[in-house]
Amino acid sequence: MDKIIQLDKVSKIYGTSVKTQVLFDIDLSFDAQSFNAIIGQSGSGKSTLMNIMGTLDRPTSGDVTINGTRTDGMKTNELAALRNQTIGFIFQFHYLLPEFTALENVLMPAVIKYNKPSAETVRRAHELMELVGLEKVKNNLSSKMSGGQQQRTAIARALIMNPQIILADEPTGNLDSDTTQTVYGMMRQINDLYRTTFIIITHDRKIAEMTDRIVEIKDGRINLDVTRSTT
Amino acid sequence: MIASFKIAVRFLKSSRGQTVMIAIGIAIGIAVQIFIGSLIQGLQKSLIDSTIGNAAHITIQQEDNDQLMADYESVIDAVRAADERITYISPVLQQAALIIDGDQTESILIRGFDYKRANPIYAFDSRFVEGRLPAGANEAAIGKELQAELSLSVGDPVDITITGGTKLTYTVSGVFDLKVQSLNKSWFLTTLESAQDQLDKSGLISTIEMQVDDDSVFQVDELAVQLAELPDFSEKKLIQWKEQNEQLLSGLNGQSISSLMIQVFVIVSVVLAIASILAISVLQKSKQIGILKAMGIRNRQASLIFLFQGLILGILGGFLGVALGLGLAYAFTVFARNPDGTPVVALLIEPGFFALSFLIAVVASSLASLIPARRSSRLDPIEVIRNG
Repeated sequence: MDKIIQLDKVSKIYGTSVKTQVLFDIDLSFDAQSFNAIIGQSGSGKSTLMNIMGTLDRPTSGDVTINGTRTDGMKTNELAALRNQTIGFIFQFHYLLPEFTALENVLMPAVIKYNKPSAETVRRAHELMELVGLEKVKNNLSSKMSGGQQQRTAIARALIMNPQIILADEPTGNLDSDTTQTVYGMMRQINDLYRTTFIIITHDRKIAEMTDRIVEIKDGRINLDVTRSTT
Repeated sequence: MIASFKIAVRFLKSSRGQTVMIAIGIAIGIAVQIFIGSLIQGLQKSLIDSTIGNAAHITIQQEDNDQLMADYESVIDAVRAADERITYISPVLQQAALIIDGDQTESILIRGFDYKRANPIYAFDSRFVEGRLPAGANEAAIGKELQAELSLSVGDPVDITITGGTKLTYTVSGVFDLKVQSLNKSWFLTTLESAQDQLDKSGLISTIEMQVDDDSVFQVDELAVQLAELPDFSEKKLIQWKEQNEQLLSGLNGQSISSLMIQVFVIVSVVLAIASILAISVLQKSKQIGILKAMGIRNRQASLIFLFQGLILGILGGFLGVALGLGLAYAFTVFARNPDGTPVVALLIEPGFFALSFLIAVVASSLASLIPARRSSRLDPIEVIRNG
């Protein structure tokens, strides 16, 4: 199967005078349409890894290839366009724009790209709101919603541009266990429905065990990489 | 671009209090600038008006003061053809004379005007307190100060003595008030023909006086130089009002510069205030900018958000400022009045100046938003994502 994300010998060092190496020569790739988890303790480098995979951060050395395109030579604006169309982000903190309603937040990536989203996109936004169970509160300001609702809005936003990849950093880290189950189920459903590749970063083993592949990061290196045998 | 505009509008709307405060800040700055500008312009215009509104702007005479001009009609035609800015031209024959009344002697200046041509310059018609302009050969009008000194009234005869001891008798046809004491005391108005005839200066005049249009009063020096180059002007001398009013001019100049300085500093402080508030708002919104960048907003779009905020604030503040400035100006003309009910200073309400102030508000606010726009463009989304 096609590799949607491929990391070759990726290292990341922070700081100039006092150098802290966070990632050591990571070789890692993910199949298109797969459902994966990256686990690791806090400080293991998993968030840095996700930021690099999502082109929000650049590796100190090594290459990142997204969907067959090398990203090391790309300019800031080219990376922005790549993120806009290929990658959807779900963060631990929802990172919605408090000035906009839930629906407007969901449409924001399309507004950035097309200025005015097409009728098709708007319909898709309503569908997604329904999918995440927010059709009743979609016109509320995002700052006036509960944590679970905000996180579900963020998931809908991540999906609006029909991205090939969703990168989720502790998407349920702020939620209670019931809501966690709901959000997880939703991501599974989207993976089945839209064939979107999911890479979920979590420190929660229970969540990780529900995915098809678990990559464990420890001290900046891959410690474990197991794939559920498909039956 | 439209996305940036939408986001800018939403940012401004969501912090309504702050937006209103900034707009009021800009408005007050612009209002003060408009008020001071209009006040000073109005002051200067009324000063200029009262100084030269009813006086000759440029005077042509022979190089030799004692000589008179015979070819004056052709000179007038040449001047009229030379420049469109010259609106009114009037020939004058003048000569000093004395009025001896018992032991009292008044020195006067006989001025023979062609009133058809002189009226637009001096507005004699509206200056009469009594009687009318002289018409016949032996009629003369005198100023109200001279009338008081000699206790004359309309219809009374008055004897004058000209150089050489010749005595002439005139009848007072009217009393004028030119609002300048020295003129009211010395000017003795007759018709041009009467003066030429009585003074035995047939076909001669002493000076040609002219006025230029309102927009060109400050260009008289350049105009005078230009006229002096006309053919047959080699023996003529041109005097313009600016040479005769140097003190007034330097006063006006100083006033203009200080008014301009005040206006500039008001605008500078407005710009700095907007820039600092917008710079703070970039910090306030840095999380939002980071999120937008993670979602793929380009750097240019991100900086446009703040440029649009500056632009919108400038337009809002500009409109408010112009309205407030007009209100201030109006209040000033209504409430600050002389005892006789006329405004202390007639403010000059010039649409062009208001439009310029509005434009300054918009441009200044946009300029002020450049720094925050740059910061927004440079903001790295990872900073926001990593630091939460």
